[in-house]
Parts: sequence; structure tokens; C-alpha cells
Amino acid sequence: MDLQSSQTLAMAIAVGFGMIGPGIGIGLIGASALEAIGRNPEAQGRITPLMFTAIVFAEALAIFALVVGFIVKFT
Amino acid sequence: MQSGINVILAPEKIGSLWGIPITNTLITSWAVVIVLVIISFTISSRLKMIPSRFQLLFEWLVEFIYDYVAETLESRELARVFFPYLATIFLFIFTSNLLEFLPGVGSIGFFAAGGVFTPLFRSVNTDLNVTLMLAIISFFTIEVTGIVVIGVWKYGGKFINVTHGFIPFVVGLIELFSEIMRIVSFSFRLFGNIFAGETLILVVTYFIPFVGPVPVMAFEIFVGFVQAAVFSLLTLFFIKIAIMEPHGAEAEAH
Repeated sequence: MDLQSSQTLAMAIAVGFGMIGPGIGIGLIGASALEAIGRNPEAQGRITPLMFTAIVFAEALAIFALVVGFIVKFT
Repeated sequence: MQSGINVILAPEKIGSLWGIPITNTLITSWAVVIVLVIISFTISSRLKMIPSRFQLLFEWLVEFIYDYVAETLESRELARVFFPYLATIFLFIFTSNLLEFLPGVGSIGFFAAGGVFTPLFRSVNTDLNVTLMLAIISFFTIEVTGIVVIGVWKYGGKFINVTHGFIPFVVGLIELFSEIMRIVSFSFRLFGNIFAGETLILVVTYFIPFVGPVPVMAFEIFVGFVQAAVFSLLTLFFIKIAIMEPHGAEAEAH
């Protein structure tokens, strides 16, 4: 297997596996935020920014996987 | 497939001015700046004391965002300082993301040496340099704000925590690392979203020409808006976190 195709395959595997965890994580964060809002609709203004912050941290890990994919493919 | 889909990660260089390379994303960002300046001058030259409906809409938008910033930062003076920067970041990113759907962006170009098609205009946020620049500016804004508002020792004490024990020290180091990783995450979030959107449109155009890209482009407009809002919202939230007192003083205040 030459370098080009193995680089492409490695990027696909890295990004594919790297998105599983953050995907599940963001889903869990959203689910718990929605449940909290459902229990207490008035707290929506306080829950939503916290939900965004948590999603940002989870998404950062997905971005790390993407960065590794880019490094593998293009260097 | 003889020639596949041509996805180029780095922006192509069109020329150079006094040794600085002029890439096609630079040309497009000038277009974004010109559009924003024209719009702002047209609107601000027609301001009246009794507002027209158009002006009412803008006043409502500005007031909404200004109140949100003031409520998050809990101080109207800080909101006054930061609102221009946050609104400018949002407007710049949103306009750049909208401009990529204008006919001509990405399709008007020439064939450079080697037979590679070089478009004259390319969506601004598909260039990692641009998003890195925005991320670094936001990073320095957040750090300098933290240092100016609560002082160097208290702000540094949030990260290098020598008085409270071993575990808070490690937590402080992790927080320091996470601060620096913010540059990476800010820039790559915006770059990844917009670049992946462009590549997706390219792929869909290859498979279902003329019809396929339309819903994808509609989705990308939404993604462009969300990413612009996320960038400025995150800067706002991190400024808020930076000006918060470290935990001990906060517990005392309650």
C-alpha cells in the first residue's frame, strides 16, 4: 500500500473513530439540558449558556481528532 | 475517474505585493470589508430621530445583543467596552460565510501553471490563517481582560496555584493548558465547519449537478450563521470566566 492511499485511509479512520465519543457526549449533554429545561422552563436562560459551554468542551475533542486527521493526511 | 474532485486545503496565491503573498482568500476578505463598510455607512448616514421601520429593526437587534452582553458580563461598562469587538467578529464571520454563496466566488478564476484551476475568490474562512488570526485576537483579548480587570497575581493565581495543595496545582496546570488549546479549538472549529461545508458542496455538485447543492447550500448558510454566533458567544463566555474571581474569594462573597 503506497503512502498516499494509506494516508487517506488513516485520516478516514482517525476522524471516523474520533467523532464517536464527542457525538455521544454532545447528545448526552443536550438530552440532560432538555430534561432540565422540561422540569423547570423558567431556568432556560441559565441552563442554555451552560449547555453551550459543555458542548464546546466536548466538541473541542472532536476538533482534536480532526486536526490529527489533517496532520496525517497533509504532512 | 480520470480527474477526481479537486480539494485544495491551502489558499492559492494569486500574486504578491512587496513580498507579501496575496491569496484569493485575502482578496475575498477585502470584498467582505468593503461590503461591511458600505452597509454601515449607508445605514448610519440615514439615522433619524424618529426611526423608520428599517432603523427600528437594527435598533432592536443592537439592543437585544447589547443587553445580552451586559447581562452575561453583569456590568454595563464592560458591555460598552466589549460589544463593538464581539459584534464585529460576528458580522465579519457571518458576512464572509454568506459571501461564499455569491455566484463567482470559487468559479471565476484562471488556470495557473501546471493546469490547476485557481479561483480568484475563495471563501474567507476556508483559510486557516484567517481563523487562526481571529482566534489569536480573541485569545489575547480574553487574557488581557482578565489581567486588567482582576490583576496579574490573582489572574495568574488561577493557573499556578501553589498555596492550596497538590491537586489544585494540577488542576491549575490543566486549566492553563486548556486556555492555550483554546486558540486551536477556536480556529479549527470555524475552519473545519466552513471548509467541510465547501468540500461537501463540491462533492454533491460532482454527483448531482445543478440540483444537489441547493439544500446543502441552504444548510451551509445556517451553519455559517451558527458558527459566527458560536465564535462571538464563546469569546463572551470566556471573557466572563476570565473576569470571575478565583474560587476562594467567590466563596467569601456569598
